[in-house]
Amino acid sequence: MSKKSDPAELNFEQAFEELQVVINELEAGEKPLEQSLTMFERGQALYQRCTDLLDKAELKVQQISDSGELNNFTE
Amino acid sequence: MAMNEQLSLLPEIPASLSVAQVNAYLRELLEGDSTLQNLWVRGEISNLSVPRSGHMYFTLKDRQASLRCVMWRSQAARLSYMPQDGDQVEIHGSVSVYEASGQVQLYADQIRPVGEGLLFQEFNKLKQKLEAEGLFDPEKKKPLPFSPKTIGVVTSPTGAALRDMLNTLKRRYPMINVILSPTQVQGDAAPGGIVAALELLNQYIQPEVILIARGGGSIEDLWAFNDEQVARAIAASDAPVICGVGHETDFTIADFVADLRAPTPTAAAELAVPDQMEIRGILLERIEKLGLNFLDLVKQKRWDLAQMQASLLRRSPEGQLRSSRQLVDELFRQGERAIEHQIELYRTKLKGYSQHIAALNPQMILERGYALVTQPDGSVIRQRSDVEAGDRLNIQVSDGEFGVQVNDKTSK
Repeated sequence: MSKKSDPAELNFEQAFEELQVVINELEAGEKPLEQSLTMFERGQALYQRCTDLLDKAELKVQQISDSGELNNFTE
Repeated sequence: MAMNEQLSLLPEIPASLSVAQVNAYLRELLEGDSTLQNLWVRGEISNLSVPRSGHMYFTLKDRQASLRCVMWRSQAARLSYMPQDGDQVEIHGSVSVYEASGQVQLYADQIRPVGEGLLFQEFNKLKQKLEAEGLFDPEKKKPLPFSPKTIGVVTSPTGAALRDMLNTLKRRYPMINVILSPTQVQGDAAPGGIVAALELLNQYIQPEVILIARGGGSIEDLWAFNDEQVARAIAASDAPVICGVGHETDFTIADFVADLRAPTPTAAAELAVPDQMEIRGILLERIEKLGLNFLDLVKQKRWDLAQMQASLLRRSPEGQLRSSRQLVDELFRQGERAIEHQIELYRTKLKGYSQHIAALNPQMILERGYALVTQPDGSVIRQRSDVEAGDRLNIQVSDGEFGVQVNDKTSK
């Protein structure tokens, strides 16, 4: 596992993809038990991160001006 | 006196004519008249019937009169617009007589809806031109991202279309930034506005997908989306474009040139993003897989350990080893139970989501360009190991299914 960043720092896509990587590595079953346990826990944390992001997500809407500037858009 | 003179001038006309002679003469007269041989007639379609021969028979009428019409199968097959009883239409053709019945008939070769006539012609002309240039070619359609992060929206900032799209995006996949590029979508300024709004997004934002949308309206209201410049701007867009204009039945040039046509603005938003329920389902499948993989691993290690102990047992004092073996066994069992419990929790949750997802329309996923691959027994292909070379599989896409055969299973 090259990436060891805190799951809370990852965006959705990063966490979503790393979860798949963890699953694949665990499936290969080549790592020692202790490391596998770490990976299992990492996978759970990544899963949690993804669902947290989904739960908390709020659609962000901005409006672009003729000069390309962005302003918050309110209906 | 005058009559006698006339008759005497035409001594060769017999005292009476056969019906066939009259009808043949009538036919000759009508077919010799240049006006009657090339004319547009407007009226309402009634008594339309298309028997097995494929020829189309109907009556064209207005308040005062009616006229029998025929359209031969070869021409009827070329119609882009299928008339129905009650339609106000303009018909091009020639007038003649059906000699067997003496019936005067209009032999139609073109039919178009009245009023829409000019617009319709303009539409078809532009459509043919752009089609010939290859702007509608399926190979030109850009693929859509599965889960975009930034979506551009070209529409009126005050329209119902925008409200519908934002509500849909909020519900389905709120983890995105929406950049509204506002423009008029109706009137003379609309085409230029739409082009500029599209270019703004491509220049400054480079969104992963752009929605162009407008709510329903009359054909004139939607006309900006049949503008040539708008069509060319859509074709030139770096980001893939989903077009959702009007209602299900409205087709515009913009629809044809867009990378994906949506029947309505709401549908355009649905096609742009996955449903978060889909994503949550995938997540739960993954976390269950994670648990199962880990469990397998633990079981394997436990087995290895048991083997080691068995070999040790042959050499060591038995009592001492048995207790340590029991301890290790117990620890492993506890671990497995904890993981199994965890997996069970995920499974229950997953089941809930699966039911929810099944309740959603899978057609929407297919419309977005994904396909469902199944074995003949209906089981879904999820991974390479589900197929063998030579298997005949079913591919389901948005408008139906077809069969394929696996010819190669080599690794990527």
